[in-house]
Amino acid sequence: MSLSATQAPPSRGAPHRHAQPKRHRFSTRLARIDLKYSPYLYIAPFFVLFAIFGFYPMVWTLWMSLHDWDLVGAHTFIGLDNYTALIKDEYFWNAVRNTFGMFFLATIPQLLLALFLANLLNRPLLRMRTFFRMAIFVPNVVSVAAVAIVFGMLFQRDFGVINWGLDLVGISPIDWRQERWSSWTAISVMVDWRWTGYNTLILLAGMQAIPRDLYEAAAIDGAGPWRQFWTVTLPMLRPTFIFVVILSTIGGLQLFVEPLIFNNGNILGGTQREFQTVQMYMFEKSIHNLSTAGYGAAVAWALFLMIVIVSVLNFLITRRSVK
Amino acid sequence: MTTISAGSRRLWRTSPLTYIALILAVLSSLYPLYYMFVIATRSNDAINDTPPPFTPAGAFGHNLGRALDNETANLLQGVINSILVSSVVTVSVVLTGSLAGFAFAKLRFRGRNALLLFVVGTMMVPTQLGIIPLWSLMQDFGWYDSLLAVTVPFMTSAFGVFMMRQYASSAVSDELIEAARIDGCSTWRVYWNVVLPALRPAAAVLGLLTFMQTWNEFVWPFAILSSENPTLQVSLATLSYAYYTDYSMVFAATAVGTVPLIVVFILFGRQIIGGIMEGAVKA
Repeated sequence: MSLSATQAPPSRGAPHRHAQPKRHRFSTRLARIDLKYSPYLYIAPFFVLFAIFGFYPMVWTLWMSLHDWDLVGAHTFIGLDNYTALIKDEYFWNAVRNTFGMFFLATIPQLLLALFLANLLNRPLLRMRTFFRMAIFVPNVVSVAAVAIVFGMLFQRDFGVINWGLDLVGISPIDWRQERWSSWTAISVMVDWRWTGYNTLILLAGMQAIPRDLYEAAAIDGAGPWRQFWTVTLPMLRPTFIFVVILSTIGGLQLFVEPLIFNNGNILGGTQREFQTVQMYMFEKSIHNLSTAGYGAAVAWALFLMIVIVSVLNFLITRRSVK
Repeated sequence: MTTISAGSRRLWRTSPLTYIALILAVLSSLYPLYYMFVIATRSNDAINDTPPPFTPAGAFGHNLGRALDNETANLLQGVINSILVSSVVTVSVVLTGSLAGFAFAKLRFRGRNALLLFVVGTMMVPTQLGIIPLWSLMQDFGWYDSLLAVTVPFMTSAFGVFMMRQYASSAVSDELIEAARIDGCSTWRVYWNVVLPALRPAAAVLGLLTFMQTWNEFVWPFAILSSENPTLQVSLATLSYAYYTDYSMVFAATAVGTVPLIVVFILFGRQIIGGIMEGAVKA
């Protein structure tokens, strides 16, 4: 950047409004440059890091997905072949089915429960509110690996606590890892345990932003708590609810760690791939098997498209039904 | 809090059923954690007991010792690595976030709104989308199995920038910045001496959230680190895959990974929860 040093000094004697000492003039110029360009410097770290570690890999994934790409060998351009193969790939559809199955099994009870708990926590005269909020949120602080390890034990066939509890009420032990429905249930429980409290707090925040006089008015009109929930809380909560649903969708469709650790690190998700998710399939095809990375990249983009489609659908449905 | 008139007070009275439901929710939130500590303090054969053990015993030191001695998992290395990575990422996210947040909230420059929109947009993109090329990029950099791979890409965050921007817009007055300018402060001095101190409460929340998130990160470290040089989570996974029948040892290790976060949460839970709820309303 060229500074004032090279420029000719203003002619002496001419009536000059900014007759200042040279040093001062230099520093004001510097200040102007500072004002004009330093903001870019301050936001630069984000954009530089995002460009290298976010944007570039994303575009590269797309490029890879159009190749027969070996991470340590040759790359041959094959156009959309990976995607046409994907459409016929039984294992891929199995993973899609598992992912959506666990997504619905986990998300729907979780959001209903969160809505219920948030509504309880929103009672204005509730005592020990901070304690309840903190205790319900604690599971979200625990790492997903730890959660999966502990629940893996709770869901043991022979000496797990869950089967012991079921035995008390006369249900014979279940081999949770064996069947599709049982493994889906166990994994959904882990997800719900970790995320219900988080969603409760977000919904509670949304509820607290609803003006109190709306409730007062409803109460004067004779609406009880239940009626108030349906006619005031739910409609006013719509934006927060959409936010929570979309967040759960992005998280739910990327399910990976719980099923992975549930089966002791086996990327196939059960002997018959009963609970292999799309994310796990992507890992199987790329990082576990370097020679099919192009195909793995196609799986990654397919997953991304699914997330976008489901988010948009969620948005439309939530907007309509809560109206 | 709004005051509630005597008439509506009766209407709002909290019924015992509310407390029963909430206490049930609290119990199911806490039980798995309590169970983890119970198993971590018992000998391994206690697992087979019916009914399952419900009180802690005294074997925690023994179990933890076995976990630390385990050569495949490198648990101690994992703890050190996790502390290192989480600290560096936290400091960096807070600094870059507050710096960019300050610029977006208080400085005027061309393209400001478009660039901010872009930052928010990047939050929508799932990070897993780029994981395969990122993996091979790390190989090219020579960062495979290196802590750089789990640190550098996360040294800034869109969420951090956005959160600090929201806070700076309301918490830092323009007059204050003007006054500092008139006193001859450069933009950097304004940031360092005026804005950063004013952002301290939000910076603390962002720091806590970032630390917890980095500490708990699993998928990426799992993909790029080996059990030779693991983070704590990778080490836990290694331990549980290889020794999944030795529960008391695995749970002792899991407890070690969980306790620091629970302590942080007990100390700062109020702020963390406040920050999450505030973020939700503003977003």
